[in-house]
Amino acid sequence: MKILVCISHVPDTTSKINFTDGDTKFDTNGVQFVINPNDEFGLTRAMWFKEKQGATVSVVNVGGAETEPTLRKALAIGADAAIRVNTPATDAFSVAKQLAKVVKDGGYDLVIAGRESIDYNGGMVPGMIAGLTEANFVNNCINLEVDGTSAKAIREIDGGKETVSTSLPLVIGGQKGLVEESDLRIPNMRGIMMARQKPLTVVEPIDVSAETTSVSFEKPIPKGAVTLVSPDNLDELVSLLHNEAKVI
Amino acid sequence: MSVLVYTESEKGSFKKTALEVASYAKAIANQLGTTVTAIAINADDVSTLGNYGVDKVLSVKNAQLDKFNANAYAAAIKQAAESESSKVVVVSSSADSKYLAPLLAVGLNAGYASNVVEAPSNTSPFTVKRSAFTNKAFEIAQINTDVKIVGVSNNSFGLVENSGSASAEDFSPSIPELGVTVESVDKATDKVTIADAEIVVSAGRGLKGPENWGMIEELADVLGAATACSKPVSDLGWRPHSEHVGQTGKPVASNLYIAIGISGAIQHLAGINASKVKVVINTDPEAPFFKAADYGVVGDAFQVVPELIEKLKAFKAQQ
Repeated sequence: MKILVCISHVPDTTSKINFTDGDTKFDTNGVQFVINPNDEFGLTRAMWFKEKQGATVSVVNVGGAETEPTLRKALAIGADAAIRVNTPATDAFSVAKQLAKVVKDGGYDLVIAGRESIDYNGGMVPGMIAGLTEANFVNNCINLEVDGTSAKAIREIDGGKETVSTSLPLVIGGQKGLVEESDLRIPNMRGIMMARQKPLTVVEPIDVSAETTSVSFEKPIPKGAVTLVSPDNLDELVSLLHNEAKVI
Repeated sequence: MSVLVYTESEKGSFKKTALEVASYAKAIANQLGTTVTAIAINADDVSTLGNYGVDKVLSVKNAQLDKFNANAYAAAIKQAAESESSKVVVVSSSADSKYLAPLLAVGLNAGYASNVVEAPSNTSPFTVKRSAFTNKAFEIAQINTDVKIVGVSNNSFGLVENSGSASAEDFSPSIPELGVTVESVDKATDKVTIADAEIVVSAGRGLKGPENWGMIEELADVLGAATACSKPVSDLGWRPHSEHVGQTGKPVASNLYIAIGISGAIQHLAGINASKVKVVINTDPEAPFFKAADYGVVGDAFQVVPELIEKLKAFKAQQ
């Protein structure tokens, strides 16, 4: 089985979010970039397929050269090869088209992408890859087993979960549950050394037009101070929620 | 040219988000000077949609669509959009709508903006405000394609009642190969979900152990709320993953969010930031959550929560 894991290069979850150039660009100053957490759960599940079922695992990112350390980290975790599509990741549809090209050229059986990136939160790249490559698609995937060309997956739904059966070629939008937090791997020195020898291929992008454009960014209006209520006077809290906030 | 809206139903009844996206579609239709057509799949009484601005309902009745299937649903909505020559398609942010929308975008070759929080500020160029960076910021985005898909963030636009009435038409789209088959569904039917809840009661490690969740569930019951938890609590296995809210968990956009024994890590606050009113109950007055909350109680959850339940029961009894 040939697996492709899509890796988004995103600001660490603890990052302070600021913008520059008249609020039109994300301010990367002092920001630590990481593998998108939803993608990392998928990558770790892919390692399981590699070790238990002999799958080969490639990772891919659409982005500039600054994203290569993130791909190298994925190689250090255990991926066999990396691909970088050499174009800035602008809108989701364009990114999906670039990735669909990589999927078709590489003949991958299983594509694992995070259900969404934690920066733009579009949540559309995995589904668009499936649509563009005419593969089956399971979103919000929290468990995946593959046997030959058939697959069984569990999908998180609002208020519960659903077990589905499907077949390869398959794209999943993955999240926590594919593996647990405690299963995530920190690259060791051997992994890091080996990653330097593994292929990281840079491919040129295909020509696509941007279906959506980011115009500018805004930060939420800062909150007023908290109203403190004494634990001995909870009637006041009930009254505030009813009369002032009007939420009960 | 009418605005098409996919109004989701469950067991024949429209979900609250369906009425919200219908209201949103009406706002766009007003801006564009056109009407609203809804597509409803296996819904019983479609006339309610008229109260939220829908002029016409394409009503699909098909046993093959009894269980949600993203491919089949996307295909049905695509055919509805084509038959109405719709330039704008509106969907919700439910798990199912977010699942089908990217497939629909490919099918219609449409730009898709998800997590949109307001009516478009402009329809030419088509400009929307969407939440990004897990609610730490908003992005102003332009959709450049001829056909556009807008995914409305839950509980952001609200319900807008309208005095119109909706006509119903049978619609029989052709259904493609499903590709994915549902084997079983595991869903608590008697509980309100985090996505649909007006009120969410959430607890963290301050509760000390899973055996202490009885009072959290009771508080949620009194308020008709969904229960949620912080990431450490789900990592420890005290509560199911499906309750984990925050940056890598579920987003929350309720009217009221009550956080009990949750310190308020930046990732947690990001995930719940879209909630309108936040209440924190914590023993530590320095907990970061107090900076994000509207109302706070510095106190021991084991004392405050049972007392709050009593006060709320008394309040509800008077209503």
